Amino acid sequence: MKPLLFTLKAEPDQRLDLSPLTPDRLVGRSAKEIESLSIGTTREAVTVGDLFKVKLGDVTSVRFDGGSDRFDLLGAKLLPGFAIHVEGDVGAQLGRAAKGGTITVAGDAGPYAASQSAGANIDIYGDAGDFLGAPLAGEIPGMSGGRVIVRGSVGARAGDRLRRGIIIVEGDAGEDLGSRAIAGTIIVLGTAAGERIGYLNKRASIVLSEQRELGPTYVDCGAHSLGFAKLFAKSLAPESRGAARLLSGRLQRFAGDTAVFGKGEVLVPA
Amino acid sequence: MPQLIRKGIRIDESFAEAFPMTGSGVIVTAPTRKWALQAATTMTGYATSVIGCDCEAGIDCELPARETPDGRPGVRVLLFGFSPKSVEKALVNRIGQCVLTCPGSAVFSAFDGEAKIKVGDSMRQFGDKWQISKAIDGRRYWRVPVMDGEFLAESAVGLTKKSVGGGNLLIMGEDWASTMRATEAAVEAVHETPDAIAPFPGGVVRSGSKVGSKYKGMGASTNDAYCPTLRGATNSALDADIGCVLEIVIDGLTSEAVSAAMRAGLKAIIALGPKQGAKRVGAGNYGGKLGPFHYHLKDLV
Repeated sequence: MKPLLFTLKAEPDQRLDLSPLTPDRLVGRSAKEIESLSIGTTREAVTVGDLFKVKLGDVTSVRFDGGSDRFDLLGAKLLPGFAIHVEGDVGAQLGRAAKGGTITVAGDAGPYAASQSAGANIDIYGDAGDFLGAPLAGEIPGMSGGRVIVRGSVGARAGDRLRRGIIIVEGDAGEDLGSRAIAGTIIVLGTAAGERIGYLNKRASIVLSEQRELGPTYVDCGAHSLGFAKLFAKSLAPESRGAARLLSGRLQRFAGDTAVFGKGEVLVPA
Repeated sequence: MPQLIRKGIRIDESFAEAFPMTGSGVIVTAPTRKWALQAATTMTGYATSVIGCDCEAGIDCELPARETPDGRPGVRVLLFGFSPKSVEKALVNRIGQCVLTCPGSAVFSAFDGEAKIKVGDSMRQFGDKWQISKAIDGRRYWRVPVMDGEFLAESAVGLTKKSVGGGNLLIMGEDWASTMRATEAAVEAVHETPDAIAPFPGGVVRSGSKVGSKYKGMGASTNDAYCPTLRGATNSALDADIGCVLEIVIDGLTSEAVSAAMRAGLKAIIALGPKQGAKRVGAGNYGGKLGPFHYHLKDLV
C-alpha cells in the first residue's frame, strides 16, 4: 500500500511545526481533518491544507514530496513501528524525542536533528546542522537510544550529551564532536574538526577514521582487536559499510576524558 | 517383552520416560576453534546428572565463524536444571570460573527464551568499575577488561521452562566393542540433532540406575536387571546373547528435540546392523508414573 502523501505546493513563508504530522497521530483521520490541522508558528495561521496536497494511504507510513529548511520538529515523538520519508530538506529538531520508528530524509537537516531521540532509526542523506542528537538548552541528557546515520557532514557539537545509541557520520564533523557525552557510540568516517574531541566525555566511544592529535586528557592505551567492535561491525554492515570496515580492524584506544570519569574512549585505526 | 525387528535388531516395545526441566544456553566464542572448544569443554565439566551435579550440560554443536555474533569460531552449549534458580546459579558460576578465565573467550545468549538469566550483569563487577556496557541492536553487552584484552559478555541469556530431560536409549550388544560401536554411532547422531545434548562422558553412561537400594538412605542403585554379570542371578531383563549394555541420556530444549535425537540415534544403530553393532535396543522408564513425557521406541523407528 502507498504511504500517506503530503505534496508541498509552495515554499512556506514561516517556520512550521510539523510535529502533528507523524503517522501515529494521523491514524483514523480523514483527508479533510488532516488538512485543517494547524502547523504555523506565527500569528498568521497556517493549516496543512494551505501548504500541502494530502493523499490518504497506508496509516503506518508518511511521505513528504518536497521539503524545506523551515520544516521544524518533523517526526517529533514518533512511535515504534511507524515510518516517515522526506523527499527534500528539513528544518530544526528532526525526530525530536522520537521513541522509535524510522525517519529518512533525502536532503539536509537543520540543527538539533535527533535531539533527545530515544530509539528512532534516522537516516539523513544530506548534511545535518549543529547539535546533532543534543539536548535543548536546560535539558540534561541528549539522545538516549536508536541510531542516526548522516551520509553527509555534520555541524559542531554532534553527539553533545549523548546518553545511549549510535551516531554515524559518513562525512566530516564540526568542532567539539562528542562534547560532554555520557555514554553511547559516535563514528565519524571523514575528518573531525577542532582541537577538542570528546571534551568532558564520560563513558562514550568515539571512533575516528584517522589518527590525530587529541587533548592531553586522553591517554594512549595501545592497539587492540576489540570484540565489541566486531559485533558493531556486523550490525552496521548493511547500513554503513564504511563504518563496518573501520570497526573490523585493529583500533588504537585512547581512554578519556580523564578530566571527568576517564571511562570513555577515542578509537582510531592502529 | 514384545519386540519389533528392524534389520535384525530387536527393538523393545518400551518407552523412555522423561521429566520437565529448565534449560538455558550460551554461545561461547574465541579467536580460534581450539580455545572456543576449550572454554565449552571446561564449562560443561562435572555436569552429567542433576543427582550429583549442579546441572546437566553439554555441547550442542560447533558454530563456524560466520554464524556467531562476533564472527569468531564458536560453540553452542546447553545447560539444564530442575529450577530457573538452580540453572541461573550453575550458569553464572560456570561462566565465571570457566569462560571468563579462558583466554580470548566471549559469551552470548544462544536463544531468547521466556525469561532471562543475568550473565554479563553478574560478571561485570569483575571489572572493578572499569567495565563498559554497549547496547547493540537492542541487546546489551559488557566489556570487562582482562589481561588478554576484553571479556565480552551479553548482559542476559535466555531461559526456557519447556525443556525435557531424561530421554534415553539402552543399547545392548554381544560385547563391549560391538555395543560401543553402535553407541558411538548413536551419540554422533544425537550430536547432530539441534537443541539436544547427551550430558554423560562422551554422551554415554554405563551405570544405569534403578530407584531404591538395599542400603538405607540411598535413593538409587545399580540397575541389576541390565547387568550382564548378574544375568543368571537376578530377575534379568537381558537375553542370552547380550553381554554389554550402554545408555545414552538425552536432554533437549523442547520435547520435539528429545524425540528427534532419539529417532536419529535409533536410526544410526539400525543402520550399523546387528553384526557390527547392537543386537537389541530398549529404553528406561519408571512405569510411566513419574515423568509426563513418554517416548515410545515403536513410534521412533
